[in-house]
Amino acid sequence: MKPTRLILVAVGGQGNLLSSRVIGESALLADVPVRMSEIHGMAQRGGVVESSIVFGDAQSTIISDGEADVLVGFEPSETLRALNKCNPSTVVISNLAPMSPFTVTIGSGVYPDLNNLQSLIRAKAANLIAFNAEVLARQAGNILSVNMVLLGALIQTGKIPLTEKTVKKVIKTKTKKAFVESNLKAFELGFSMAEKISLNILGRV
Amino acid sequence: MHKLLTGQPGLKTLLLGNEAIARGGLEAGVAVATTYPGTPSSEISLNFFQISQESELYFEYSTNEKVALEVAAAAANSGVRSMCVMKHVGMNVAADALLTLAYVGVRGGLVIVTADDPFMFSSQNEQDNRYYSKLSGLPMLEPSSAQEAKDMMVDAFDLSEQLQLPVIFRTTTRINHSTEIVSLGDLREPKTNGDFKKDPFNYVTVPAVSRNLHAKLLEKLDKAEKISENSEYNIIYGEGDWGIICNGVSCNYVFDAVKDLDIENSVRILRIGFSHPLPRVLIQDFLKTCQKVLIVEEGEPFMEETVKAFAQEKGLTLSIKGKDDDLFSRLYEYNPALVRECLAAYFGVDYTPRTGVDLSDIPEIPQRPPSLCAGCSHRATFYAVQKASKGMETICPTDIGCYTLGFMPPLSTGDFLICMGSSVGTSCGFSKVTNKKVISFIGDSTFFHTGIPGLINAVFNNHNFTLVILDNGITAMTGHQPHPGVDMKALNFEGYARVSIEDIVKAVGVKHVSIIRPYRVKKSIDTVKEALMYKGVSVIISREPCTSFAKTLKKPRGKPFFVGEKCKGHRDCINDLACPAFFIKKNRVNIDPVLCSGCSVCAQICPEHAILPLRDKAV
Ligand code: SF4
Ligand code: SF4
Repeated sequence: MKPTRLILVAVGGQGNLLSSRVIGESALLADVPVRMSEIHGMAQRGGVVESSIVFGDAQSTIISDGEADVLVGFEPSETLRALNKCNPSTVVISNLAPMSPFTVTIGSGVYPDLNNLQSLIRAKAANLIAFNAEVLARQAGNILSVNMVLLGALIQTGKIPLTEKTVKKVIKTKTKKAFVESNLKAFELGFSMAEKISLNILGRV
Repeated sequence: MHKLLTGQPGLKTLLLGNEAIARGGLEAGVAVATTYPGTPSSEISLNFFQISQESELYFEYSTNEKVALEVAAAAANSGVRSMCVMKHVGMNVAADALLTLAYVGVRGGLVIVTADDPFMFSSQNEQDNRYYSKLSGLPMLEPSSAQEAKDMMVDAFDLSEQLQLPVIFRTTTRINHSTEIVSLGDLREPKTNGDFKKDPFNYVTVPAVSRNLHAKLLEKLDKAEKISENSEYNIIYGEGDWGIICNGVSCNYVFDAVKDLDIENSVRILRIGFSHPLPRVLIQDFLKTCQKVLIVEEGEPFMEETVKAFAQEKGLTLSIKGKDDDLFSRLYEYNPALVRECLAAYFGVDYTPRTGVDLSDIPEIPQRPPSLCAGCSHRATFYAVQKASKGMETICPTDIGCYTLGFMPPLSTGDFLICMGSSVGTSCGFSKVTNKKVISFIGDSTFFHTGIPGLINAVFNNHNFTLVILDNGITAMTGHQPHPGVDMKALNFEGYARVSIEDIVKAVGVKHVSIIRPYRVKKSIDTVKEALMYKGVSVIISREPCTSFAKTLKKPRGKPFFVGEKCKGHRDCINDLACPAFFIKKNRVNIDPVLCSGCSVCAQICPEHAILPLRDKAV
């Protein structure tokens, strides 16, 4: 199986480690070779957390610059920061709800304009699927389920070798009982949002 | 039960490298495990700690790596399989024990895990601990994947008992923090009870004994080299005239690169997993059949130096390269593309690197450095010390922990740091040769680790500085591990005593000791001022639980605060305190009620008294 390389970037506390866990368990269930690597040293102090996930026949667990097939950004400015991992055929999925870093609060940085950010990514990557995942997470009943919303959107693109059915099964069996329902809901909302956006791009709506 | 205990042999499961290492220990029947926590090794001990609550395993968080190794060394010399886990710099602390333990050897298996951190994701240096194997004369194994880490751990224990030597098990961050599908093996019942037979002429390392023991170590090392020659971890893959010698994670990048470059039929790869002593004959035979050889190893030219020496012995003149201006660097970690490029360059393979996207028109993205949590007691302490020392010329040696982050503006407290415990020792030197007021900072766990000897030195040699001990009741940075000052009863753990920092400080002879509760801002400033005036060694213990740990314990927390109408926008709160719960909206200061822990420090420093607890807000 040809390798597929996926990068997830998030701000510490956004739960991207859970989404990589679900992805890994899904791959195990579907018998897809998978290897992942995480850098989570200072995550709980609000730093950036990056996970790389490699599916298929490869031994490396990390992804070099320019070599991600898919990038999922949990926070818009972090998506932009991770663009060095992308190439012109990379599909990018991004949450559009900003979490302004503290450097902006103390005036030592300016938060990028969201429209500009999207057109930049659109111009460089193959495709950008961007929406406010926080709104959908809230709709699913748990603001912390942004990770599941984005996972839903990711699976919808069909860019990674995992099916909706497998991932849902893993969410049901491997995430905390109390959150299964909202997690599934969040996953579905993300999935249909990505569907809607892609139909739009294709001009069918 | 813990998943590493319940996993049945043959089960394929997703494991973090560190979980795989811990499982490997259990499959080898480890009975004693010791550690001082440190990233990237921490999850190994975290799992052992949990497992020890529900199995025969004895696990301890030792005060430092030296003590951890001594505990394990004694257990192993009583015939009990033991493991000692540390991050790479911990090995420096343990080195004194390590180098003579190598002479003494072990009876039961002892495996020492050192987790190196190329690129320094969470470390102060990127030293290559493979050199410790050379320095000590101990055998070393290096896994390339999580699966292998688990399997190799079992073999490491066997090897240790076969050679009667501790075995160094060396990993890097990308092994520790990779997650892979691992297939489990059989668990082995640990033998928890040992016996120590007196044999002073082999155990008490006076010169006459050590002279014999050193000779014995060299004999064992010869034996180790023979095992390395035939080790299943030192294997040759493929056929071809070009040779590659690689270790650890680099092997994965090599295998992928060879496939990507389509040179599978031209390359032979010698994968080294048993890396000290290196297999001399195997390598020399390999060199003889190669046209040229590239050595792919992160860090220092550890293998390269030896391989070149091996070539010289046989009069081989082929090109052998590794670290080179045009090839690999001694800096940082490798990645698949880098290895692909170096392979292509060295072997002259046509290759166009994949192009990424043009980043030239990307606007500057605001940095997102890690920061002290909202409501972290360290922030309050730094604030109090800043205010109390206003107008003084200061030098502030700091130490290793969350509080190191205090060196960043606006708290800007932290001027010098080299290693665990260095705050205290360096304070002695700074205060002796400068005329500035020295105020140093050390965390509770770090104080126990290596801070105490420095403090004794300061008292004995009559130095002049103020040491602030940041006592938040836990080892916070590495994920909230216990230390000797922690009230374990309160955390529902039985069988521990508690050591008082205050008693230690007084007992070593510090004459000026004060305690502050940093959330009481004014009182803290006054107390700090007084301590700063003292000539000699003064100690301030700043006591307040780690907010983040309190949160995980679901302790009731204070009401969040909000910024009321009275705010005139001085932004003292942001400029002096920089609590990450603050944010600016429509040019006004706001507090994120989800982040705010209700510590009330900002409310106390606001000159307009505009910051109020949310309960007072008229709804
Ligand atoms: S984990 Fe604890 S000590 Fe570390 S920054 Fe957060 S509150 Fe402070
Ligand atoms: S009370 Fe103020 S300083 Fe304390 S956590 Fe809340 S916003 Fe931060």
